Amino acid sequence: MRRVKFAIPFCVFIIIGLYLGTGLKNDPRKMPVMLQGEKIPEFSLNPIPGRDEKGFANTDLIGSISLLNFWGSWCVSCKLEHPFLMKIKAAGLVPINGIDWREKIPSAGLQWLQKFGDPYEMVGIDPQSKTAIAFGVTGAPETFVIDYDGVIRLKHTGPLNQAVWDETIFPTILMLKKEKLHE
Amino acid sequence: MIIELGHFALVLALLVSVVQALVPMQGTFARLPSWVALAGPAAIAQLLMVAIAFGCLTHAYVNSDFSVLNVAQNSHSAKPLIYKITGVWANHEGSMLLWVLILAFFGLAIALFGRNLPPNLRARVLSIQALIAVGFYIFILFSSNPFERIYPAPADGNGMNPLLQDPGVAIHPPFLYLGYVGFSVAFSFAVAALIEGRVDAAWARWVRPWTMTAWAFLTAGIGLGSWWAYYELGWGGFWFWDPVENASFMPWLVGTALLHSSSVVEKRDALKAWTILLAIIAFSFSLLGTFLVRSGILTSVHAFATDPERGIFILALLFFIIGGAFLLYAIRAPMLKSPNLFQPISREGGLLLNNLLMTTSAATVLVGTLYPLLVDAISNGEEKISVGAPFFNAVFIPLMIPLVFVMAVGPLLAWKRGDLGWALRKLVFAGVISILSILLCWWWRSGNAPWGTVGIGLAVWLIFGVITEVAQKIKLFRSSPAEAIRRFFNISLSSWGMILGHLGLALAIVGITGAGAWKSESIQVLAPGESATVSGYKFIFQGAIEGVGPNYRYTQGRFIVTRNKEVISILNPEKRYYPVRSMPTTEAAIHTMVSGDLYAVIGDRKDDDAYVTRLYFNPLVVWIWTGILIMVLGAVLSLTDRRYRIGAPVKRRKQKSIALAKA
Repeated sequence: MRRVKFAIPFCVFIIIGLYLGTGLKNDPRKMPVMLQGEKIPEFSLNPIPGRDEKGFANTDLIGSISLLNFWGSWCVSCKLEHPFLMKIKAAGLVPINGIDWREKIPSAGLQWLQKFGDPYEMVGIDPQSKTAIAFGVTGAPETFVIDYDGVIRLKHTGPLNQAVWDETIFPTILMLKKEKLHE
Repeated sequence: MIIELGHFALVLALLVSVVQALVPMQGTFARLPSWVALAGPAAIAQLLMVAIAFGCLTHAYVNSDFSVLNVAQNSHSAKPLIYKITGVWANHEGSMLLWVLILAFFGLAIALFGRNLPPNLRARVLSIQALIAVGFYIFILFSSNPFERIYPAPADGNGMNPLLQDPGVAIHPPFLYLGYVGFSVAFSFAVAALIEGRVDAAWARWVRPWTMTAWAFLTAGIGLGSWWAYYELGWGGFWFWDPVENASFMPWLVGTALLHSSSVVEKRDALKAWTILLAIIAFSFSLLGTFLVRSGILTSVHAFATDPERGIFILALLFFIIGGAFLLYAIRAPMLKSPNLFQPISREGGLLLNNLLMTTSAATVLVGTLYPLLVDAISNGEEKISVGAPFFNAVFIPLMIPLVFVMAVGPLLAWKRGDLGWALRKLVFAGVISILSILLCWWWRSGNAPWGTVGIGLAVWLIFGVITEVAQKIKLFRSSPAEAIRRFFNISLSSWGMILGHLGLALAIVGITGAGAWKSESIQVLAPGESATVSGYKFIFQGAIEGVGPNYRYTQGRFIVTRNKEVISILNPEKRYYPVRSMPTTEAAIHTMVSGDLYAVIGDRKDDDAYVTRLYFNPLVVWIWTGILIMVLGAVLSLTDRRYRIGAPVKRRKQKSIALAKA
């Protein structure tokens, strides 16, 4: 029995080693696209207090093409991206829904929207990052293109701007709309 | 030509290390003194060869020889000379070469300073060192060769990641590596002891200075890395629980435990098998640290090599070195008997509790670092999660609280059987001050961030605990002032090591708590003339200028910081853009004060002359760096203690210190 005790480190090492070995086969760079083509994960979030009464859940996203934008009042790049989101909203091209992520003060998001304008249809708050983790979000801003069936068709990491819109977001939306026409 | 010379020298280094690994070890079994004696000269020859190899690669970098693939990929002719040199190790292949260079340096140090060691022990230690080296040389030569040529040679290189073009990064990897590789010596001593089947006080005294050296370098390396992240990444934070940071933190935690448990082996001839295990684990974590960064198995801001093939190679290397050591441990450790028992409440008991908490912390960090990987492995890559600071803070802080509490008590307990009541009575003063400081904090910060007040209270408890211990040592108030002063100057250097180590940690806790609990930040767009106020400091934005540096373009903002209409400082944060890598970096402007740092970052231009700006007040940050410096100083003082001169026989001084301890 005494001898067995001394073999524990070896056994623990072997187990960790095997895990590391299997981990090597998975490419860490694949992370950004892992949800592409999959149904959005389930979530049900509270609204920003004072903005609206209704919460925001995954089921709200079924039935139309939409953008889902992860942002936060703490995020500098989100501020950069913001005018472009307002432009999309003004043009009425596609509804944008937001997830206000990792806010320390619940009212910070509302103040931000009141100050810079509110481009969103629905916004949920995710202070514990649960939904952000489920979506595999690595940083804000991140934007997902979601189709009629609630399937993620594209993910963009970093701020949206005209170039990103022209090259990736808009063609994807166009393609989705065409698919719908041909059904 | 010079590059081929370097390549050849590296191959020779491999051959020498094969000889060094096999011949002296066989000599110790076959009782062939001439074989045993080969270890020293072989270690010297190995260092010579790998130093030539390293010199040749450095030569290629300094002269921008872009016919060398490694140089072409990582350097650029327009780079300042200092970054051409540091560029040698700012990439995967070069950093591996630095790793073996340092390993060979430690080999040389053992060969030179280990003359007083028993010849067989010294030969075995050097053999095991060489065995590790063999693995790494093969790895470098076959999967990460920095001497590969490229034809045709490009006109200019790819440049170096601009984040790494910084003096902090220039010296931080060598320090980390000195720490990582330094633990290889403790590891080799542990494996040699397992082969011999014997661990005694002399063994502990031989291992201790090497562990202390590695620990000091690792502490300095972690401190420098954290400092670099603080001013270069421009996020206002200093520790992100990033996998690479964790990778350096785990060997530090286990190394700290090893330092404490080896003192039990030395003084009391107990905890032997445990100490051996810690020595193996400390180096295993060092290898894992190298592995995690190099294989890209976990993505992080630091990762600069993502290559699964290399990962498999390193994994095989880990299996060979660590697996082999653990297997040997399973077979031989049961032979190590620790005859001396001790009461739970005793100096040994305190050190053991330290060990348990330290290793639990290390295990926690390990789980947190590998958990995302485990989830990934179990779900076949379908699920990826990230474990962030909230997890680590939630698990780590509760472990640290009892640890710091015991740190003040432990040194006041006697070996073998301590008197807890007596020790606590001595600490009444420290306790009262600590409670007062908690109340003061609570009142001053009106109760926000309650754990901040706990942190400050603990730090104060520890500071006064250390002072109480010094007062006990010099018999303050119990003998004449002259006697106390005389005793003060007679405190042994290794005791000062402990005192400063604990004091440094206490100060670092003050800084970590302050910056963590009461940091305030403000993000806004400012036009020239506008201002923002953070924690009572008014940052007046004066506009920004644009210009060109040696290999980058920059935007430099100018802030005047005032408090109560009095100018405190002028801050000039920069945002740099490196065209070669088309990558921006931030250079935060920091004004350091005892009470905290004013920290300004300039972001993108918004419209006209308005810029996105981030302003922070980071309370007490300077105490983190001060604390770390004091810890390193403590380790250095401890190293200069005669008792730990490597292999020095027990001399008069030791008896004197025993007499002091009894008195």
